[in-house]
Amino acid sequence: MKYRNPLLKRLLLIVTILGGTLCCVVLASLLIGSSDLTPGDVFAVLTGGKISDAATEAIIWRIRLPRALLAAAVGGTLSLGGLVFQARLRNPLAEPYILGVSGGAAVGAILGMFSGMAMFPGVTLCAFAGSMLIMGGVLLLARHQSTGRSDSLLLAGVMLNAFCSACIMFLISLSKSSQVHHILFWLMGDLSMAEPDHLWLLLPLPVCFFLIFAQARPMNLLLTGEESAAALGLHIRGVTWILLGTTSFMVSLVVSQAGLVGFVGLVVPHFFRLLYGPDHRILVPACILGGGAYLVLCDLLARALPATGEMPVGVITAMIGAPLFIVMLWRDRK
Amino acid sequence: MNAIRIKGLTVRAGRKTILDDLGFEVRQNDFLVIIGPNGAGKTTLLRTICGLSEKVFGEVMVLGKPLEGYSRRKLAATVALVAQQVNLDFAFTVEETVLMGRSPHLALLEQETKHDYEIAGQAMTFTQVDHLADRRLSQLSGGERQRVMIARAICQQPRIMLLDEPTAALDPAHQLHIMQLMQRLQEEEGVTVLMVSHDLNLAAMFGSRILLIKDGRGILSGTPEEIITPDNLRQAYGCAMHVDTHPLAGTPRVSLVPGQ
Repeated sequence: MKYRNPLLKRLLLIVTILGGTLCCVVLASLLIGSSDLTPGDVFAVLTGGKISDAATEAIIWRIRLPRALLAAAVGGTLSLGGLVFQARLRNPLAEPYILGVSGGAAVGAILGMFSGMAMFPGVTLCAFAGSMLIMGGVLLLARHQSTGRSDSLLLAGVMLNAFCSACIMFLISLSKSSQVHHILFWLMGDLSMAEPDHLWLLLPLPVCFFLIFAQARPMNLLLTGEESAAALGLHIRGVTWILLGTTSFMVSLVVSQAGLVGFVGLVVPHFFRLLYGPDHRILVPACILGGGAYLVLCDLLARALPATGEMPVGVITAMIGAPLFIVMLWRDRK
Repeated sequence: MNAIRIKGLTVRAGRKTILDDLGFEVRQNDFLVIIGPNGAGKTTLLRTICGLSEKVFGEVMVLGKPLEGYSRRKLAATVALVAQQVNLDFAFTVEETVLMGRSPHLALLEQETKHDYEIAGQAMTFTQVDHLADRRLSQLSGGERQRVMIARAICQQPRIMLLDEPTAALDPAHQLHIMQLMQRLQEEEGVTVLMVSHDLNLAAMFGSRILLIKDGRGILSGTPEEIITPDNLRQAYGCAMHVDTHPLAGTPRVSLVPGQ
């Protein structure tokens, strides 16, 4: 009997490739922006070498690097969130906002803006509280359902999200025109809120990533059906709580800091599934690194493409992601 | 020690009582075929034994230990289930699917070792799907898929194997093949086999014991000759059947009576 453990080798290879890609796009995003820096400047600042001027240093440390890191964290988290929900709910259309995170966070954030709070900590906290509140509601609603029905979870989430959408429209209709622009940007995802002093808020993310990676094999079993997974020794309820709870928390965390960046969480997991197959032990790290790289790249384009100002990053994620995904699907069919 | 001992077992689904005060024993290394009409609770019985039923009252002992004494993982390493309906709409290969059977033996974050790959390889050889190892499950025929799911169950290295109508959708040659596989598993590996089947002739031919569930309440157990009689079958199924002896196997042979 031939022995091969293809998993570890593949995992290392994929992590190296995607990790390298992530580093490259982060470096690129340090270079490109409204004020042009040379690679030499960036290198000098990063290595703490001879610094040309304080302005360059500030641009990199206080503006571009925090923004790239936030983009990487948001992209990785949303992609992983999509992957988890698609696996657990066994629904290819599931995405990280499906259980009401987006609606709850948006209502919270807009209420925060309305009452004249500062972006930080006021609006961030309101958004986080809003999304956790809605998620809690959804999970509580679904708790009494038998484990056999992922649909009820899905329906509860969609309904609460729809209710929140109505609230959002209502709030927008009441708001002053000066606020509308601000609110719309938040709803489309806005990485310009990145602040170097607030990056510590992202520190729980690695713990969340690890918790989910530890459930990668159980997630594979879940794909074969709950009953089949249970017969293979999986504690369905326990795994469900870990997956949904962790995902809800981490998605709420990034949404409260970056708004509702769309499409990443839907398309990135599918992209890697088509590329690397169904094994979650590969897909979890691939989504974290690849999703991060994807959003850093999109944010780079959102800043670089318009002659003045910038586009909401959510516009770019969908504009690149949708055609790319269609091409992948088409090639997969052939 | 019995493989399974059940006393006063009642299982409910919602307000409906599926199994009511059942009691029976299965000796180790038996090949027990469970027969009975649709809705009698045969599937529920199998699900209960591998810990999947929710409202369970009474005593279920597996290898001398109560069901509640097992963790989910420990139970899956003792009792394997080949379910009737499995979601096969996923892109794993045959080998990956069979390897999933190792999961009750692996701790969190632990990966399959050479040993696990060997067991999976043997299981695939046993059910003759080793040549399909790299194919995707969605590309297989019904008979091949059933053999893959049985290989996955064998990969769990269970002491007790539960199968829910494993031959239901198969042609006669594949039916015979599956039954022979189970017989080999019982004789060579000493596994206790519990199989739900609607095919009374296969049940009589391969079962060392027969369990007849009438309606979730009354049950009869014994050898094929004791259980498969016209009287018992009429009581259970509500239709007359003719029983004679199989000319080659010497076991009871059941024929439907036309014109009723």
